[in-house]
Amino acid sequence: MKNYLIYFAQSYPNFRRPELESLANLNNFSFDLSHHDESKPFIVVQLENDDQAKKIMDRSILSRGIYELWGQGSNYDELHANIKATSQDKFEVYKKSSFKFDFIGYKGSKSREERVEIIQNFKYLAFEGGVRLKNPDEVFTVLEEYSVSGMEKATTPRNIWFGRQVQLSSRTENVLDKYDLRRRKYIGTTSFDAELSLVTCNIGQVGPGKVCYDPFTGTGSFLVASANFGALPIGSDIDVRMLRGKGKNCNIQANFKQYGTSTQFLDVLTMDFTNNAFRKDFVIDSIVCDPPYGVREGLKVCGAKHPEKAEGRENIVIEGEKAHLRRDFIQPKKPYELSDLLDDLLFFAGERLPIGGRLAFWMPTANDDFQVNLIPQHEQLELLYNLEQEFNKWSRRLLVYVKRDETYKGKTTNGLKSQNIANFRDRYFNGFNDQSK
Amino acid sequence: MKFLTTNFVKCAVKGCQSSTESFPLKYSDCQLVQEEQEYNPEFLVHMLERLDWNAVIQVARDLGNDSLPPTKPDSLDPIMEEDQAVLKDLHTLLVETQIVEGRMTCNNCQHVYHIKNSIPNFLLPPHLC
Repeated sequence: MKNYLIYFAQSYPNFRRPELESLANLNNFSFDLSHHDESKPFIVVQLENDDQAKKIMDRSILSRGIYELWGQGSNYDELHANIKATSQDKFEVYKKSSFKFDFIGYKGSKSREERVEIIQNFKYLAFEGGVRLKNPDEVFTVLEEYSVSGMEKATTPRNIWFGRQVQLSSRTENVLDKYDLRRRKYIGTTSFDAELSLVTCNIGQVGPGKVCYDPFTGTGSFLVASANFGALPIGSDIDVRMLRGKGKNCNIQANFKQYGTSTQFLDVLTMDFTNNAFRKDFVIDSIVCDPPYGVREGLKVCGAKHPEKAEGRENIVIEGEKAHLRRDFIQPKKPYELSDLLDDLLFFAGERLPIGGRLAFWMPTANDDFQVNLIPQHEQLELLYNLEQEFNKWSRRLLVYVKRDETYKGKTTNGLKSQNIANFRDRYFNGFNDQSK
Repeated sequence: MKFLTTNFVKCAVKGCQSSTESFPLKYSDCQLVQEEQEYNPEFLVHMLERLDWNAVIQVARDLGNDSLPPTKPDSLDPIMEEDQAVLKDLHTLLVETQIVEGRMTCNNCQHVYHIKNSIPNFLLPPHLC
């Protein structure tokens, strides 16, 4: 095992560990992140080799990069002593490689002159390959962590690491810029932001050549995010208007074209998730979605709101054709409870996912009445993660489940239903006051 | 709707779930368009594994194509030249053939679904929900 340093972005720190664990698991290995401190952007971990480091980093959204650790210290003297004591054997390996030095400072930085001086002090590495600023064989990086108290600018770092850059993350390669909603051709009010949709796909383990299904597609935010990681996305939505878009250059297909992933895109279908048309043996490897919990769109499924009034309508005939079989027939919709929909979603996932396949979806909760037992459970699915993104009076949670084999005996529960939690939408629009409970 | 997608969908009516007649649907009055798409052999190899070949043959016949081989081409290698030809044909059929308009009928319950502006509509009327 070797030591590697991971440098995280300061973004959704509680999602970091699940993301990297999921990416490792996707590549059939695991490593220890239990000592991760969410307040710090640096962590030293142990991995077998560079290959493992590359595999967890190249898709990562919440990390910036990973470095083979050559030494660390709380000041430069300690750092150099540590490098000389622990990494002598590595000097030889990179002796002939061209290289450059890079600096990363957290909450502080060094001036150009100071950097030159620091680099001079690394002379003992005795590299002979020569400095090359463009495309060097290796990048050696000095990472500094400063601590700032009050308004004063910190001048001396508290911790310093030195390492060989192994892999920068897709975040560092500007994937967030690429998927930024402001530049996406087709978006709508329910489009999901680029960063968290990509993170969701990582934790949901969408992968190359695997079918990824979003049953509440909307404008296709999760579909394009999954395609970014090589998945083959297919989507459905009860609202055809969203799927259709606004013309040739402003629809879901246009987004795939924009991102260069058209060849992976399967299709979108108008479908009521609760009356699903996918054949049972069509293999869906992962399900990633943001169910319509009704803040922007009231939750609806097919059916008559007043069944007694609708009775007998199936016999209406227009121009010699049953009305409900005509091309222009509009299927009526009725309101539906979120708790029922989540039940349906878990049941579907339990039935359709292969063993080890993941279901990842977002669920809204009011902060004043949240209890862990509100999270729905299904006997064939193990809840891996419950990750909270907190807003003022409510949160949304990314819930991630994995399908287990028959030896796994979970319990099917639905806390929302059994505790009769009022419609989230009503509570949202009543400002989460007590009366609305 | 890609030709490919016809291989994934059956009748949405609950009573048809267990019926073998509800898949594939019967395609009629279809308006087809060949939409040029970039050729991606890996995609086809992944998809072939998931295809129900008898359904591919049946739907192709609905749409007036009788020329498909009776058994699923398997272990295709995108590097081999003779396999290339098969994959390119599959690409033309599965990926580039779009059903823009048409009717899909369940052979079990006879319910009719429509494909409108290239998007299939599986929403059900109230009495079938």
